[in-house]
Amino acid sequence: MLRLEKRPQPSKNWSYGAPLLAVVLTIILGMGLFAILGKDPVIAIKTIFWDPVFGQFAHFYRPEVVKKAAPLVLIAVGLSFGFRAGIWNIGAEGQYIIGAICGAGVALAVYPYDTRWVLFPLMIVAGALGGFLWAMIPALLRVFFKTNEILVSLMLVYVAEVLIKAFSIGLLRNPEGYGMPGSRNLRQYPAAANLDLISGTGFHWGALTAVFAVVVAYVMFTRHQFGFNVRLAGQSPRAAGFAGVNANKLIIVCLGLSGAMAGLAGLFEVAGPSGQILGSFPSYYGFTAIIVAFLGRLNPIGILLAGLLMALTYIGGQAAEAQLNLPSAAILTFQGMLLFCLLAVDVLTNYRFKIGKAEVR
Amino acid sequence: MDINPILLLAALMVASTPILLAAIGELVVERSGVLNLGVEGMMIVGAVCGYIAGHSSGNPYLGFVGAAAAGAALSLIFAVLTQFLLTNQVATGLGLTMFGLGLSSLIGQGSKGSPDLTVSKLHIPLLADIPVIGPILFQHDVMVYLSVAIVAGVWAFLKYSRAGLILRAVGENHDAAHALGYNVRAVRVLAIMFGGACAGLAGAYISLVRVPQWIDGITAGAGWIALAIVVFASWKPWRLIAGAYLFGGVTVLQLNLQAEGLKIPVEYLSMAPYLATIVVLVMIRAGRAPASLGKSFHPST
Amino acid sequence: MTLLDLQGLTKAYPGVVANSDISFAIGKGQIHALLGENGAGKSTLVKTIYGLVRPDAGTMTLEGAPFTPTDPRAARAAGIAMVFQHFSLFDALTVAENIALGMENPPKQRELAQRIREVSENYGLPLSPDRIVGDLSAGERQRVEIIRCLLQDPKLLIMDEPTSVLTPQEVEILFGTLRLLASEGTSILYISHKLEEIRALCEHATVLRLGKVVGTCDPRETTSRDMAELMVGTTLMTPKRDGEALGDDVLVIEGLTAPAPHQFGTALKNVCVSVKSGEVLGIGGVAGNGQDELVAALSGEMPVDAAMVALDGQAIGDLDPNTRRKIGLCAAPEERNGHAAAPDMTLTENALMTAKTRLGLSKNGFLDWPSARDFALSVIEGFDVRTPGPETAARALSGGNLQKFVIGREILQKPRVLVVNQPTWGVDASAAAAIRQALLDLAGEGSAVVVISQDLDEILEIADRFAALNEGTLSPAVPTAGLTMERIGLMLGGAHDMEAAHVEA
Repeated sequence: MLRLEKRPQPSKNWSYGAPLLAVVLTIILGMGLFAILGKDPVIAIKTIFWDPVFGQFAHFYRPEVVKKAAPLVLIAVGLSFGFRAGIWNIGAEGQYIIGAICGAGVALAVYPYDTRWVLFPLMIVAGALGGFLWAMIPALLRVFFKTNEILVSLMLVYVAEVLIKAFSIGLLRNPEGYGMPGSRNLRQYPAAANLDLISGTGFHWGALTAVFAVVVAYVMFTRHQFGFNVRLAGQSPRAAGFAGVNANKLIIVCLGLSGAMAGLAGLFEVAGPSGQILGSFPSYYGFTAIIVAFLGRLNPIGILLAGLLMALTYIGGQAAEAQLNLPSAAILTFQGMLLFCLLAVDVLTNYRFKIGKAEVR
Repeated sequence: MDINPILLLAALMVASTPILLAAIGELVVERSGVLNLGVEGMMIVGAVCGYIAGHSSGNPYLGFVGAAAAGAALSLIFAVLTQFLLTNQVATGLGLTMFGLGLSSLIGQGSKGSPDLTVSKLHIPLLADIPVIGPILFQHDVMVYLSVAIVAGVWAFLKYSRAGLILRAVGENHDAAHALGYNVRAVRVLAIMFGGACAGLAGAYISLVRVPQWIDGITAGAGWIALAIVVFASWKPWRLIAGAYLFGGVTVLQLNLQAEGLKIPVEYLSMAPYLATIVVLVMIRAGRAPASLGKSFHPST
Repeated sequence: MTLLDLQGLTKAYPGVVANSDISFAIGKGQIHALLGENGAGKSTLVKTIYGLVRPDAGTMTLEGAPFTPTDPRAARAAGIAMVFQHFSLFDALTVAENIALGMENPPKQRELAQRIREVSENYGLPLSPDRIVGDLSAGERQRVEIIRCLLQDPKLLIMDEPTSVLTPQEVEILFGTLRLLASEGTSILYISHKLEEIRALCEHATVLRLGKVVGTCDPRETTSRDMAELMVGTTLMTPKRDGEALGDDVLVIEGLTAPAPHQFGTALKNVCVSVKSGEVLGIGGVAGNGQDELVAALSGEMPVDAAMVALDGQAIGDLDPNTRRKIGLCAAPEERNGHAAAPDMTLTENALMTAKTRLGLSKNGFLDWPSARDFALSVIEGFDVRTPGPETAARALSGGNLQKFVIGREILQKPRVLVVNQPTWGVDASAAAAIRQALLDLAGEGSAVVVISQDLDEILEIADRFAALNEGTLSPAVPTAGLTMERIGLMLGGAHDMEAAHVEA
């Protein structure tokens, strides 16, 4: 019988090898899925993973990949702090929506104000603050009432979804929009628009912020007390208490940080690629970012790569939808399989397989 | 306002049934020491599979059977990952929900149902004719009564049977249970599958009775509310009924108020179930959770 | 007459042979001691008999028939019962439910409750079947285990370190029960490293060292010293201290009162004691009487009113752990894995965990990894920690080595006050001696040391004064010189609610 034996030390090789193995396994499983759906698996995989980067129309797809990856990476880096500390903010989608509402709200409130260097920073602050405050609800309830942060943060996603629908046909509706739902388009509002920093690359302010967040998070985790405390609290909560880490403070900081970063992602999205507050604005970024965080092994560099890969599956998925008529839900399923595979192969980092009868020592 | 309180209470029982079914399954899972956050995913796969099985066979009860099987099958992924590959239960449960949402949408593509398929209401002789109480309690479909019967069964199982005692022991201290020679993994895998089957039934109840049709994302967070109710009930079966009916009440009331055309915009009313969940989670001091809840078990440690 | 005969049992794990060619026999009605240090292979052997481990080679014969239990149920069915060192009990369940879980075919609940009452009266082990196990004292919890075993009329009762949680009086009562059982024909395999107990109780002893049988003896006719040398293999050094005069009070605890931190915790009630510079204060007591809470209140994990704890005259009761470390109070809690150390982190990271403040390993929040590594290395070298290097995960170290690392990490910070809980629990004799010597050396340099321990011999060996912790109350401290075990037993609160029990031995 096959059994697991705990390694005395986590394996360095497998901690890098496992995500790669997971991607390979997922591609194999995905090919099976596409075959069941009646698509040629090799062509489907090529359409999803190869063509958007290297294919004939790559110049069109590449900026789209960057635009998709930016919010995913930004949110996932924020989540990685909490996940490492054992604090489960799974309501990033809600914080992302509220960030967008707050950021866009500031811009729309002063329309047509035209001093960009005042307005745009103000929007960034409002977006981050919105996400932060939305995340403070589960954080404070957890600290003061020991309420489960998973459930509260998640319930608030549904509330945020309702709110953005209400705002898009209420307070923030475009007065010149002939009664159609949706706010003014911020892309056509020069002082508020989040456009590409280098034209045609998709690299907007959000992408820059995401890269910056990756660097800061990397330094935090490897060199700074805060990152150390986060890791300690996640691995051994009692040892963290003994080391002087204040568990309540950590909950507030981790949830607040991830909320603010999700809010930022929402602001950059609404002022850039999306352009307006709309009922269909919620885009599942907040949930997909959870997969990205785990796929990147909660490591900032890993998250950057994982975010790009996940963005590629979206863009490639859209291409496959257009060219092969592959249903968009197939990509969601595919992403779920990717997370399963990653979690499954992770066992190799801490355990090794042995053949023999299981026993207690 | 002219909301009929009898119809309201009767609708409440129907609205509560899916939450109650999903919650009683998760309660058993958590009492065995496993936290499965994939209830929403198992529910929605149950909803679509139940819908297809029911409509293609023309028999809604076969639909429920299919939904239970689909929910149990999906939960098996979770069981293998968490019990044999020792993955983090929170992450795996979240993954199961996302996977379930995608898979259900994929399975449900282009599925069509016939309007004729209905789950008939029982008309329990004598009892159903009692004024007021009859229409509220005794004129529902069989699944409403089945959900209450499952709760009673789980209660008796946990309290009186030896298997129930072993399940509680495993959830309380898996190392000690192992040292006494009980098979921790087997107990947990069975509990997880029971939870999956219940979630499947809950989903099918939404797609076959409550709505009744198939739409993407039809469960709309009911699985998460079920998870919250388990905490609310302090892991005690009977208190689940109170919790589920409370939430069913909030849902039905806000739907009725919407229909009444109250001054409050529809959107804000539809937040009510989610806000009520948060309020209840804050106000209720949760009882003591099973001590091994959410911890991975490996026999060598 | 022989009950169980073991022949050539061998069991190897990767990198270590736990049992090597072990042979001995246990007679009917015999109280047989199994002696050995931690890591000598006692646990593996016992688990083999109980069906939790299958031997690589060798045979067992029970009453003349081959005995190969595949799991604990099979062993129980054959008449083997075991009381575990770490109780295999379920806190949230009742006594009766716990007992039912350990039986193959438990009777109905009411009948079971009746039989529990009968057995507990017959053997002088008072216990109510309806109580929740989490509310019981350590001694009562052990009774649950023993009664669970006795209800199955076992042929062989295995007791793994049963007295480590008992007061001296409770030990006497337990011995009475065991002698009664033996006189009725039950064999007992008694595992311990406490030699005086074995001399008082057992008729025959088998001594293990490094997985092998190194000798047998009749404990009643062998001196403790001879058995100890058989067990350890070398002559042990007794810790010595330099007779430096005591200084002023360094740590003063005044009216320390705190509620129980969790459901099954213990409240601290008006604890008053002071420790002088150069002094070692020993605090004894049965597990679960407030030891963890006292350490938490002193280390800063559980802040209390400022005035309740003072260091060099400064009120520190409300400070957080790192501020306390900065002004000179270090601590080492009992549980190594997951409390005093983070098992999945490296030794460097574990060194940094408590030493960063006092040794300045963190500047403006940025960590000084090279210095942390150097410090970890100095702990490894200074305390003879056996490990490949400071980048090893803490969980890869044996219990004794990790304990040396944890204690060394605190001592090398040169604290004004060091508080340790169970400093040598589960540590082999030579490592224990090294740790005790290090604590004495620290006191010799003028620090105040508080040693909380359930091992009374340890306290008598190194402490200047002794105080007993009983249900959250601390007795006045008395000098250890001339203190008898009987007196200590009375200070520890005697046998909880056992005075009324009459046991015929």
